[in-house]
Amino acid sequence: MSKTKTKQENETLTVKIYIMGSAHEVPESLTIMKAMEYAGFKIKRGAGCRAGFCGACGTVYRKAGDYRLYAALACQTQVEDGMVLTQLPFVPAPKGIYDVDSLQPTASSILKFYPEVARCLSCNACSKVCPQEIQVMDFVQYSLQGQIDKAAEVSFDCVQCGLCAIRCPAEIPQYHVGMLARRLHGKYNTSTPETLLERVEEIENGVFEEGFKELISLSKDGLKKRYTERDFVDQKKA
Amino acid sequence: MKMIRGYPEDMRKSIDNVNKTRNKRIDQIIEDLSLKERKEVLDNFHPDYNPKFKRNISWGGNKGDDVPNEVADVIEAYPMVNPDDIDLNQIDYDVNVLIIGAGGAGTSAALWANYSGVPKEEILLVTKLRLGDCNTVMAQGGIQAADRPVDSPLIHYMDAIGGGHFENKPELVKALVSDAPKIIKWHKDLGVMYDCTEDGSFIENPGGGTSRNRMHCSKDYTGLEMFRTLKDEIINKEVPYLEFSPAVELITNETGGIAGAVLYNIETKQYFVVRAKTIILTTGGFGRLHVAGFPTSNHYGATMDGVVMAYRAGAKLRDLDATQFHPTGAAFPEQIVGLLITEKVRSLGGQVLGRNGEQICYPLEPRDVEASSIIKCCAATDNYIETPTQMRGVWLDSPLIEEIKGKGTIMNNLSAMHRMMNRFDIDITVDPILVYPTLHYQNGGVEHDESCHTSLKGLLAAGEISGGVHGKNRLMGNSLLEINVFGRRAGITAANEYKKKSTTGKLSLAHVHKSIKALDALNLKDKRYSPTILPEYRSDVVRDRLVQLYEESL
Repeated sequence: MSKTKTKQENETLTVKIYIMGSAHEVPESLTIMKAMEYAGFKIKRGAGCRAGFCGACGTVYRKAGDYRLYAALACQTQVEDGMVLTQLPFVPAPKGIYDVDSLQPTASSILKFYPEVARCLSCNACSKVCPQEIQVMDFVQYSLQGQIDKAAEVSFDCVQCGLCAIRCPAEIPQYHVGMLARRLHGKYNTSTPETLLERVEEIENGVFEEGFKELISLSKDGLKKRYTERDFVDQKKA
Repeated sequence: MKMIRGYPEDMRKSIDNVNKTRNKRIDQIIEDLSLKERKEVLDNFHPDYNPKFKRNISWGGNKGDDVPNEVADVIEAYPMVNPDDIDLNQIDYDVNVLIIGAGGAGTSAALWANYSGVPKEEILLVTKLRLGDCNTVMAQGGIQAADRPVDSPLIHYMDAIGGGHFENKPELVKALVSDAPKIIKWHKDLGVMYDCTEDGSFIENPGGGTSRNRMHCSKDYTGLEMFRTLKDEIINKEVPYLEFSPAVELITNETGGIAGAVLYNIETKQYFVVRAKTIILTTGGFGRLHVAGFPTSNHYGATMDGVVMAYRAGAKLRDLDATQFHPTGAAFPEQIVGLLITEKVRSLGGQVLGRNGEQICYPLEPRDVEASSIIKCCAATDNYIETPTQMRGVWLDSPLIEEIKGKGTIMNNLSAMHRMMNRFDIDITVDPILVYPTLHYQNGGVEHDESCHTSLKGLLAAGEISGGVHGKNRLMGNSLLEINVFGRRAGITAANEYKKKSTTGKLSLAHVHKSIKALDALNLKDKRYSPTILPEYRSDVVRDRLVQLYEESL
């Protein structure tokens, strides 16, 4: 593989990458996703939000002269010279089907739907592959120990790309485990603030109906006046 | 070009100015603009008010409406499917409720239709890409709900109406703000993790144009946390859904009502006919049309398909003259230009600065005003910062947040932003972020009422596809709210229809033929096709280069 960067006529620095084995010369400033489009691919699977939030563009690659297998989100990673890459169009990892209302925030809730969690070898391959740099193995272990709050917090930034589930020698779908842990934590480990419940009740009892009637009856000038005069209790104003 | 911690040496000089002025600026509050001053900056600098970016729609029910050229382009385009190629006698899916678009609004609608009595097998949710490839998962900053004693739905109402330039549909704003606390409670019951303080109350932040702190959030992954929970729930409820199967036309009946849709599987390239009694359109907005040539914060499939289909069938549109440019899109590095830098950076105290390190405007104006102020700084002054690729931008002073709220605030509240910039060697706890407005949201769209009925019988609409809720400009945190409020209402309306005995009528694509005739009469110079489905990012240059490479190899 060539390490040389070549200059095209328009002075764009380019690098050579291999998309599923085919060589392409692409501008070095591009992300993997934009480089694939530059190379002529019309992406269907493998692009969603294009901003690092949806997990559609999980990509695995090796670099020239390096035996290691790397993983990244194609939309958030710049190309490098000599990259050999492929996208992962889909992750075959069915989700457990459950009714969260009938569960408890415990390890047994997790193990009921994902018994394979008990097979974790603590190899940490999941954490190493995670493009979000989440300590995946830690939240799997927290789930197994019933520390649902910690599992929820550690897994929180997960974009569910599924790269962990593909890499795991114990065949655990870690990203689904994190999802269940977060729902259990969000539902059972924190209470619903009283102020919210009171406000819901006020609205249902029609407390604000008269106020709405009055606001809706205002002319545009009346609304403008009211808007300009409204107070700001939380923020400092000049 | 020498890079120092992610920024070119040239830009570092200006960053020094930002660092030097920071202490002085901690307590410095710039005055916000009066309504008159807002109008002035909008008139002069917002793309909505620049006639060169717009033209009138030339056919159909909204003929004469002033809209962005890119919107007119997809409306003045031929149907991508030849109606004669579709056999309406062969019905592939026969359901009661068809929901087109599986983002936040579509998924809420499906869940609430099911909760309200429509059996799962009578619901079909279809989507262009995967379940959840949508703008909802990209929403970062938060969702508004007036649930504190010092706040009220009436105050929320005033903020939204003023932000929308008093052009919002009042009954929709009332529905939006009145349902808000109910939505938060629903989410809480599902297990959505909203950020809380030690004492268990919600953390609530301000947003641009809000007079109370009412932005509920889940770090800066609010939309992701909300949506993945709704997705988990829809899979648990086993509601059927089809991925990679966008609708490309609606199907009408003999009375002009809507009775189904034609789907196109983008992988197998096959068409499918769906018959349904109620059709809920939740296809989202138009970011990927790159209005006025702007980059966008939107997901790959945001191409306004639903509006085009509904328009051909005769649905009434409104407020499509108004486009939202988010004030703070990333302007550097080049790889992420246009991606969202959440408004929450400003909610937490971040200020907007020129090259000299001084504030250029009040940081929490409504979005259109804030964006215009930034465009003004870059277009009409020399107080901007230029990148190596000649992009102009202004600084968003993120390190200031930790000066005000303490060390660790960024990692705890803005981990997505920190991660994104850190991938390009920029540490936002130490250095500011270069920003410029980015195309963010379709303020207008298909008109509907409080129950989500459009002007066409059988057709409901909810979410970004719709118009009226936000008037001419949406406030931060009102779109995550809107998709839930009106998704829920659409689902409940569909369930009410389900209980009534009625038939769908005879399926027809007559409206598509009629549209073709109307388009023929325009003698268009360029023959375009829509819906767009996916934007085209491969260029002729690339195709020519491939041929050239091949020829060189011979």
